[in-house]
Amino acid sequence: MLKDQDRIFTNLYGMHERTLAGAKARGHWDGTAGIIQKGRDWIVDQMKASGLRGRGGAGFPTGLKWSFMPKESDGRPAYLVINADESEPGTCKDREIMRHDPHTLIEGALIASFAMNANAAYIYIRGEYIREREALQVAIDEAYDAGLLGKNAAGSGWDFDLYLHHGAGAYICGEETALIESLEGKKGMPRMKPPFPAGAGLYGCPTTVNNVESIAVVPTILRRGPEWFAGFGRPNNAGTKLFAISGHVNNPCVVEEAMSISFEELIEKHCGGIRGGWDNLLAVIPGGSSVPCVRGENMRDAIMDFDYLRNDLGSGLGTAAVIVMDKQTDIIKAIWRLAKFYKHESCGQCTPCREGTGWMMRVMDRLVKGEAEIEEIDMLWDVTKQVEGHTICALGDAAAWPIQGLIRNFRDEIEDRIKAQKTGRRSAIAAE
Amino acid sequence: MLRRLYHDQPESFAFTPENQKWAEAQITKYPAGRAQSAVIPLLWRAQEQEGWLSRPAIEYVADMLGMAHIRAFEVASFYFMFQLTPTGSIAHVQICGTLSCMICGAEDLIKVCQDQIAEKPFTVSEDGAFTWEEVECLGACSNAPMVQIGKDYYEDLTAERFAEILAELRAGKVPVPGPQNGRFSSEPLSGLTSLKEFDSGKTKYNASAQLAVDLGETVKRIDGTEVPILTPWMKGKDASTVAAPAGAKVAEPAPVAKPAHAQAAEAKAANPKAEAAAEVDEAEPEVLTAARAEGADDLKKISGVGPKLEQTLNELGFYHFDQIAKWTDAEIQWVDNRLKFKGRITRDDWIGQAAELAKKD
Repeated sequence: MLKDQDRIFTNLYGMHERTLAGAKARGHWDGTAGIIQKGRDWIVDQMKASGLRGRGGAGFPTGLKWSFMPKESDGRPAYLVINADESEPGTCKDREIMRHDPHTLIEGALIASFAMNANAAYIYIRGEYIREREALQVAIDEAYDAGLLGKNAAGSGWDFDLYLHHGAGAYICGEETALIESLEGKKGMPRMKPPFPAGAGLYGCPTTVNNVESIAVVPTILRRGPEWFAGFGRPNNAGTKLFAISGHVNNPCVVEEAMSISFEELIEKHCGGIRGGWDNLLAVIPGGSSVPCVRGENMRDAIMDFDYLRNDLGSGLGTAAVIVMDKQTDIIKAIWRLAKFYKHESCGQCTPCREGTGWMMRVMDRLVKGEAEIEEIDMLWDVTKQVEGHTICALGDAAAWPIQGLIRNFRDEIEDRIKAQKTGRRSAIAAE
Repeated sequence: MLRRLYHDQPESFAFTPENQKWAEAQITKYPAGRAQSAVIPLLWRAQEQEGWLSRPAIEYVADMLGMAHIRAFEVASFYFMFQLTPTGSIAHVQICGTLSCMICGAEDLIKVCQDQIAEKPFTVSEDGAFTWEEVECLGACSNAPMVQIGKDYYEDLTAERFAEILAELRAGKVPVPGPQNGRFSSEPLSGLTSLKEFDSGKTKYNASAQLAVDLGETVKRIDGTEVPILTPWMKGKDASTVAAPAGAKVAEPAPVAKPAHAQAAEAKAANPKAEAAAEVDEAEPEVLTAARAEGADDLKKISGVGPKLEQTLNELGFYHFDQIAKWTDAEIQWVDNRLKFKGRITRDDWIGQAAELAKKD
């Protein structure tokens, strides 16, 4: 288990001093100017060496992403945009950073912005997080007052402004180009890529969009060295990670742990075990609603990192939002609820997604009741394949995968329900 | 999901003076010429002030930011947090119904709403106090099931506790938000499993609940006086380098410092026709005490006139299209002053519309 000395978010639960003074006492904002004086290339190289992969779900190497930003400005300003639109069902980790350990994020924003030649950064927080927004704004105001933001931020010689902006309840704005559209005051509809944001993003200027957690871990990595961070987890899956466990465990919680921890250890150490014991485990969605579910018996020994979950279990780590379902759960209904979510959140721009999500939800609706034919399972599978990969952004894929996961793992359950419903109907007719 | 403007709209909207200052301060966050970026925060503040988002409010914000009205309507109808129908006088209750909450009991919470508020979502309860809806994931999954009431999250709920909370709110009290089962925030309920080496218990509540208790505006209509309006990023900066509200003069000092009454001037500047009208002295037009024998015209056919406005016009003594078509500038001013609808008559070209409609009759 990760030692407390190795945790980056030392005030995750907000039980300690949440002010700037408290953050400094815990080691944040220590030698920030010194880090910046080591230069852009040094910072990017250190980030690459740390092996940090983006914490927003896709797991793209953060250092590499930063290196895509233009080295020299062509006259346009550059922007860092921090994605705090935490809306993936199951995910509630960035909320804890922003309300309880906000200075990790603010300091990270300064360093990351310097590394990509940006004098301004925007944090786009989801609209529903009203108190979190207020708490973060208080911390930003404090940082300005202390000279850590603004002109010559933290005495580094770099001018830096950090603005907090909010959305208004659209899941799609977590997609980076939709987020940029929304930040420009438009409907959050994703843009075609290319051009990628690093070439033309916010206001047509070079932009990098990073998740809150990816930015918040930066100062600690640079202070303690990339070797320290890379020392956790298996190769290519480095670091510590916030896990958010919800559903049928005895003690749901958000906790920072080393990558590649086993699922069993994570649940036993922090969550007090599965409700009703391990034999009562039905299924787990290991990375937020967008990744396919995994059968409980395959999950116990699973290694919680990007590569294992994708290659060995056909799922993914996503945002490390672990949703646990025990045997009292109606798994078909659970996936139907996700289908309903994606139907609600499809922005309507691409036809396969706009129409497909509704279509998939309606078929799922009938599968929940068992009022369908066995052939419709394959038909539903076909539809998911027609949506997947045929849309501008990944929401179409994300809507298709949970259903594919259900059919792959629980086909027997769907078939049983359809058969039971048929038998019930037939015996009802016979009885008349 | 189809989202439309409510059929019965108020006649006008204006930010309170403090909210106006707040709104102008928000615009300074964005580069020059990018005021449109502030549309979501401003619409949201309008909703916080009124409880829901009306057509005049959307148009007001659009004018303030120099946007075409349709662009602001698009934003208001796209984002689900904008309530386009009136909500309960105490609060609009949002129940998270997505997977983690559903499997932890959100459906029981919805039943409580159906029993105590209204059978259907977005319906105002009989006493007018509440409305409710099921929303998608609110991002507090480790504290499932949970609801958002006003600004705050009530987490780790049971149906019983949720019913109590509603009863307390009805009685004018505001229960302390946050976890309702004794947890501090999102740590394991049975006790800390990490971060034990640091001492604990510096504050009574977690950051969200503490703010709610300190500010005490969980279900209040926000008028901008709750917290000081700060713009630390403006320190030592030239106001002209940042976005300014549409129509504001560049020579003016930083928008933050602008007095509230400047708002009216801006609205006018954004709409030159209205400004022209405002300079004309008013003169009383010819009015009728009742409709002529053939009956009153349907004034609602004029785009921009709804049932409310039609009633007001009737009360003023206007029943027929030809009456409206004859108004002079001074008479328009007379009507405008009584409708309190600065510039709407000329903006929507009631005169031209009425002339057309009168011809058809």
